[in-house]
Amino acid sequence: MNGDLRTPLARARGLGSAKAGVAHWWAQRLTAIALIPLVVWFAISLVMLSGADYAMARAWIGSPRVMVLLILTIGVGLHHGQLGLQVVIEDYVHGDGRKLALIVIVKFIAAAFGLAAILAILRIGLGA
Amino acid sequence: MSVAPRPVTRPLSPHLQVYRPQLTSMLSILHRATGIALSVGAIYLATWMIYAAASPRAYAVFQGFNTSIAGRIVLGGWLFCAFYHLCNGIRHLFWDAGYGFELKDAYRSGWIVVAVSVIATAVSWIVGLRLI
Repeated sequence: MNGDLRTPLARARGLGSAKAGVAHWWAQRLTAIALIPLVVWFAISLVMLSGADYAMARAWIGSPRVMVLLILTIGVGLHHGQLGLQVVIEDYVHGDGRKLALIVIVKFIAAAFGLAAILAILRIGLGA
Repeated sequence: MSVAPRPVTRPLSPHLQVYRPQLTSMLSILHRATGIALSVGAIYLATWMIYAAASPRAYAVFQGFNTSIAGRIVLGGWLFCAFYHLCNGIRHLFWDAGYGFELKDAYRSGWIVVAVSVIATAVSWIVGLRLI
């Protein structure tokens, strides 16, 4: 075992002292990599839409390729955002109750706005 | 007999006030600050979609803010936050892979991130304002 103080079972589980392993860290990196092309695409699109009116904005949002990319950008972006905010809250908000409450609120807001935005995009594109 | 635990009154890290400001720490703080701003920006983006789906009148209210001076600053600021967090995020991914930890490299990559995000923001503003 050579200096490893963990039990064989703890070592096999690989969850560490925080009991969550590398799941959060890994999800943050995976979403970060996905967001590199998505954010570049979205930033260019946003600039190109400067001065676009209602009809132009809806035509853009509702085209099939844009719908897919927009849903990905909003879904992955909000997921990445709430993972990051969780770390900030864990670092700076002291007191377990307040910390947990804020993390839960952030996750709920991200889920609610994400779902609402995705439904809005589908309504525009599919005309429902 | 039980003893009531004393509340922990030790200062908790990070002790930001004891550090001399330097490029690397400032960029690290800016990464978090822009990350928080972009999270709020993602909600704003979601709201854009929701208003666009709602009605032309609702969208006009939203566009009214976007085209105001304050709206332009918010959208332009969002672009800077996005470019900075994107570039510095790539820098972080290289660190995660084990590259660029030498002090000289950390400073060089830091200045590259600053330069690229400022240039990308400036180009976006120029192109965006021409299209209005």
